[in-house]
Amino acid sequence: MATKIFKHIQTSVVPLPIENIDTDQIIPARFLKATTRDGFGNNLFRDWRFDGDDNPKQDFVLNNPNYSGKILVAGKNFGCGSSREHAAWAIADYGFDAVVSSFFADIFKGNALNNGLLPVQVSEDFLKKIFDAVYADEHAIVEIDLVDQFIKIVATGEQESFEVNPYKKACMTNGYDDIDYILSKKDEIAEFEGTR
Amino acid sequence: MGQTLFDKIWDAHVVSSSEGFPDILYIDTHFIHEVTSPQAFDGLRQRGLPVFRPKQTVATADHNVPTINQHLPIKEELSRYQVDMLTKNCKEFGVELYGLGHPYQGIVHVIGPELGITRPGGTYVCGDSHTSTHGAFGAIAFGIGTSQVEQVLATQCLLQSRPKRMKIEVNGKLQKGVGAKDIILYIISQISAAGGTGYAVEYAGDTIRSLSMEGRMTICNMSIEMGARCGLIAPDETTIEYVKGREFAPKGEDWDKAVAYWKTLYSDADASFDEVLSFKAEDIEPMITYGTNPGMGIGVTQHVPETASFEAKEQGSYKKALDYMGLHDDETLLGKPIDYVFIGSCTNSRIEDLRQVAEFVKGKHKADNVTVWVVPGSKQVQQQAIAEGLDKIFNEAGFPLREPGCSACLGMNEDKIPAGKYCVSTSNRNFEGRQGPNSRTFLASPLTAAASAITGVVTDIRTFLKEEELV
Ligand code: SF4
Repeated sequence: MATKIFKHIQTSVVPLPIENIDTDQIIPARFLKATTRDGFGNNLFRDWRFDGDDNPKQDFVLNNPNYSGKILVAGKNFGCGSSREHAAWAIADYGFDAVVSSFFADIFKGNALNNGLLPVQVSEDFLKKIFDAVYADEHAIVEIDLVDQFIKIVATGEQESFEVNPYKKACMTNGYDDIDYILSKKDEIAEFEGTR
Repeated sequence: MGQTLFDKIWDAHVVSSSEGFPDILYIDTHFIHEVTSPQAFDGLRQRGLPVFRPKQTVATADHNVPTINQHLPIKEELSRYQVDMLTKNCKEFGVELYGLGHPYQGIVHVIGPELGITRPGGTYVCGDSHTSTHGAFGAIAFGIGTSQVEQVLATQCLLQSRPKRMKIEVNGKLQKGVGAKDIILYIISQISAAGGTGYAVEYAGDTIRSLSMEGRMTICNMSIEMGARCGLIAPDETTIEYVKGREFAPKGEDWDKAVAYWKTLYSDADASFDEVLSFKAEDIEPMITYGTNPGMGIGVTQHVPETASFEAKEQGSYKKALDYMGLHDDETLLGKPIDYVFIGSCTNSRIEDLRQVAEFVKGKHKADNVTVWVVPGSKQVQQQAIAEGLDKIFNEAGFPLREPGCSACLGMNEDKIPAGKYCVSTSNRNFEGRQGPNSRTFLASPLTAAASAITGVVTDIRTFLKEEELV
């Protein structure tokens, strides 16, 4: 089945300089009761974004009109904890195309890649540069190129290359998904089962 | 060059391996539950695909279910809908469901092992990160996302790159009152909540060897809390004894063949690991967490670290965690009043956990300021506890035994810790809001939780044991 294609974006960013952001923060468990993939964006970072009476918390970045864009930039070990893919759905549904951090939890990274949401792992240094850039100018533009695997702060021209699994890169730039690939190997699966 | 246990099992399950692609790994059993499967079944419908191997798929309802009056319809509408959806999907796709009311129902990571579905040498996945639990049998077991649930339903295989291998050894004799939960909380506190990311972790050493299967499951369960892909422990007589005779364990000749194979499952002496860590059992105190990730743990007599002891860029996150917990630098948790005690979750809700707690609380009574919930991991654990009369001991102590499910581990059902309240919990996650919006969690062992319930404050179990000579 075709999935979203990702090749290149250039946009302002939303800074969230907190470390160890777990998927319970990204989407709390009580919002996991839906049986479709849609609408999770409304509850993205629910308990950081809204108070107990559902009023927006003014000091949270998503409620700050000065910050917007398609790239979420967060502290290290982003997406740790629960394997809930709803976290990736919520971030994508809210409108982000990429998440930048200096370290990602494994399962989150896989889930994001399976949903056309690109996790971009940068050095601690470069992460700090992005935060500095966006705190100096909230409209600072960042460019991410998946084809050539680099991320760049446009105003300063500073850039860094990032790693991505070549297979996953091919999937994302072409909109393929894993199931199509494994289904193409069905004979091998049956053969494997026969040997056991 | 010898092979690691992990590689032996992985290699035996590779269907196809191509340069530049992740391996296609064959999955022996796929566990599913109501929360992370509906969108996967939807995907199958959209593609017009059946479940490829329904007999290798096992379903249960655990995350959303109430833990009282399970015989009545689920009150909460969305939860009921999700559980009904699982029933409908299982029926439509021919998958065996151990749903509410079924004698095998329970938390997915409790029922797999207790039914003998989880065995040495196998590969197990589930749309749940604590699938690492099953690695205690010397198996490869890990959590996956919903797109991957769909993948496994459709093909019984998973695309996965081989992780790196880490060995964590624990040797020596544990102090009285210190158990498996303390070992794993200690390890995570030493290597951080991200210290195992990218690794399959094999636990070894004589302390690990001396643990029961329940203890080993507690350890492997929390592998994900240091970011590890999975955790595993080589099978031995303890493992074989545990599996023997269980409902779906191999029987007769098949059993003998299986055991012969299981005995080949260990890391060869000259196998090489990407990383090896060693810890001394004697260094481990009863542990408790003070922060908002499982790496933020200390020995129960120690003090909360000072903000200044962290690097500048980490101080903001650290302060945020302490503020959330209502704690301050250098505070000691010992003696801190608590409001709730939760004994349950896939980390510590097995019969051995309940026996240990019952033995300790017998003849004691909980403090007035504390509400205690004991939630068994499965229907079978609940029945066994009742058969052994543990429910009576619990009742007399003010520790009501509820019905099985995930419960306050993640607060998806009604079992939520209220905002601002402190809960000593035997579960595995102390994230903000994990047990209910603005709830505050101290993770600890079942014994520490039970002792704290009795005194009403965070307690060092060893002070009781000195008087009682228990454990
Ligand atoms: S008990 Fe908690 S950690 Fe375990 S499966 Fe249920 S929700 Fe997940």
